[in-house]
Amino acid sequence: MEPIIYYLALSVILFSMGVVGVLVRRNAIVIFMCLEMMFNAANLAFMAFASYYQALDGQMFVFFVMTVAAAEVAVGLALMVAIFRAKKSIDVDQMSSLKG
Amino acid sequence: MFFTTLFFGGIALAIVGTGMGVLLTRNAVYTVLFLVANFSLVAVLYLVLGAPFLAMAQVTVYAGAIMVLFLFVIMLLGAERLPGREPLKSQRVLALVLGGILLAQVALFVVWGFNNANPLPEAAPDFATPTQVATLLFTKYALPFEVTSVILLVAVIGVIVLTRGEITSIRGRLLGKKKEE
Repeated sequence: MEPIIYYLALSVILFSMGVVGVLVRRNAIVIFMCLEMMFNAANLAFMAFASYYQALDGQMFVFFVMTVAAAEVAVGLALMVAIFRAKKSIDVDQMSSLKG
Repeated sequence: MFFTTLFFGGIALAIVGTGMGVLLTRNAVYTVLFLVANFSLVAVLYLVLGAPFLAMAQVTVYAGAIMVLFLFVIMLLGAERLPGREPLKSQRVLALVLGGILLAQVALFVVWGFNNANPLPEAAPDFATPTQVATLLFTKYALPFEVTSVILLVAVIGVIVLTRGEITSIRGRLLGKKKEE
């Protein structure tokens, strides 16, 4: 099997790509998907360490991250629907009502 | 050894490629498809790391359920493509630079902390079987497991509350029509 640093490097790259996606994209749903990619990167790191220490606790964390991410996506997409109903758009640049 | 490294390299390259697809495609439906491919490929890595249960959970929950939810909402709202052009071009460059700095920092930290060139140990045959995962889940992690169920319940109630407005308005409209009749 590969050294743990390979997996960690992949995780870091995936996480940074998620961050750049959140910063760059305008579509709120795509921003959400980039968030999921960041979750995924963290999960990959957890998995790599679970294998590194031969301990199942890391895998448990991945399980909990998955369930919490599912709940978060459900609420987030409901929010998107509500925002779309109010503003007729999910462009994050237009969600600036609170700007002075 | 060489072939496993080659396999890992191919999978890693495909993961980064689909990730770039997520970043670059304009149509949100294609973004979802790239992300499904990304999650499935990461599930393959989970299998390599000796976690069959979580690999399957990744495919069914992430690549299956969650991405279908995304697809549903995109189709429902018709938000595949945003109208208009990017108004803040300079901030895009800034975002790329900041992302690069983050990547360099975390990579430096990882190399500093975990530059362990030893290959990961081969997983024992009975490591992370569904039985073992379930045993740990219902003994040591029983309380967090129950808390997750509460989180999911709260999410369900929250979604209903957030999207209820439309249902009541439709019902109000229907009632109004009946009154007019």
